[in-house]
Amino acid sequence: MTIFFNRRELVVPGDLLAEGDYELGDNVYREGNRFYATRVGLFEMKDNKVSVIALNAFYVPKVGDVVIGDVVDVGVSSWAVDIRAPRLAILRAVDAFGRPFKPDKEELTRFLAVGDTIVAKVKAYDRTMNPLLTIREPGLGKITKGRLVRITPSKVPRLIGKKGSMISMLKRETGCHILIGMNGVVLVRGKKPEDEELVIEAIRKIERESHVEGLTDRVTRMIRRMKGLAA
Amino acid sequence: MPHEKPRLIDEEGRRVDGREPRDLRPIHIEVDVLANADGSAYVEQGNTKVLAAVYGPREIHPRHLGLPDRAVLRCRYHMAPFSVEHRKSPAPSRREIELSKVIREALEPALFLEQYPRTAIDVFIEVLQADGGTRCASITAASLALADAGIPMRDLVAACAAGKVDGVIVLDLNDTEDKYGEADVPLAMMPGLGRITLLQMDGVLTPEELVACVKLAMEGCRKIYAVQKEALRERFIRIKREVEAEEE
Repeated sequence: MTIFFNRRELVVPGDLLAEGDYELGDNVYREGNRFYATRVGLFEMKDNKVSVIALNAFYVPKVGDVVIGDVVDVGVSSWAVDIRAPRLAILRAVDAFGRPFKPDKEELTRFLAVGDTIVAKVKAYDRTMNPLLTIREPGLGKITKGRLVRITPSKVPRLIGKKGSMISMLKRETGCHILIGMNGVVLVRGKKPEDEELVIEAIRKIERESHVEGLTDRVTRMIRRMKGLAA
Repeated sequence: MPHEKPRLIDEEGRRVDGREPRDLRPIHIEVDVLANADGSAYVEQGNTKVLAAVYGPREIHPRHLGLPDRAVLRCRYHMAPFSVEHRKSPAPSRREIELSKVIREALEPALFLEQYPRTAIDVFIEVLQADGGTRCASITAASLALADAGIPMRDLVAACAAGKVDGVIVLDLNDTEDKYGEADVPLAMMPGLGRITLLQMDGVLTPEELVACVKLAMEGCRKIYAVQKEALRERFIRIKREVEAEEE
């Protein structure tokens, strides 16, 4: 039983992380009893489980995730939505209207057209098929106002923070409404464009510096400083 | 060839560019150099300069190329028209098509393609300046671009050639040595796992010499591997240093 890295130490693919009887966590590959990193990230060891918190990753859908995506195609009875996953997501007309849909009577583009952005929930997904979305829940549907920021999906947990500490701090300090898509797209809606700008700056800083300790404090200080300048 | 064969090893045992037989050329690597690609890397090995960009995994077009059980890795090795002394036609040549395939096969064992069925991972490699060893530099750059794109990998792939010039076994041949030397052995491997993913040979070697070349090339790969890992870490360490400097 040997561990070759300290907690939160930077690792790259191929780094031998541990050797022995451990459990397999995220972004780790096992060969015999050797554990190797598969992504650039921070080493993590919790309850005998070896994992790597990725610093670069793409979005892999999970059932129940709220995501933000762009409508890229309209079919006969469904839309194709780009949610920045390896595959396009499908939003079926029944999952949008909640009732049987007759393609000969109604036109889908009246409801959502190519170029629209929507908030949706992943209804079904396994890696052999395209993810299925739904918007039949309060708070989901077409986005009509606000600004979008895109970050690496692997940094979404950092943006939320422990028990939502980071995101609630951002909301409190700026008064903006912030909606985080698990696919790394964030919707920011504020009373003033300056407030939205502040949140966007903060999100960029979080994405860039997520691997350096003391992030919440630094972001809080940055916002207070910028607010001071604005006032 | 209109030129006469130059002397490749001088009286002191040095090579045309002044290196010892077992020396690599100076190597410089940068990661995340292109904003529009999901991942990218730039590699300079002596006068050889290579840029690699990676996209994906993403929806595959045309659709029928997708495989139901795994992702498709698509590689395009391309030499810029200005990368060689006399303008190269930008159309893909027989050699470039073959190298694209060889590079793809050298990278495939490092990826978990079965995890992303019906998708494509695209790798674009552009040789900006060619001075020998471009396929090896391409593999080195492409594997870093894949890691930068956040695509899970068993290990980084490092590549390096060894060969024989004027009767001496040498590491990391440049263009002159490749052209006038007796043999060239490009090799790619996953050094952390100790697995070879590419091995080619061009020229004439005895079985003993081939073994010596493979051993030397593996040694070269391990050195390049260390530089690769450093380049991947560098960007994050730099940000950390900047933040810490700001704090004070």
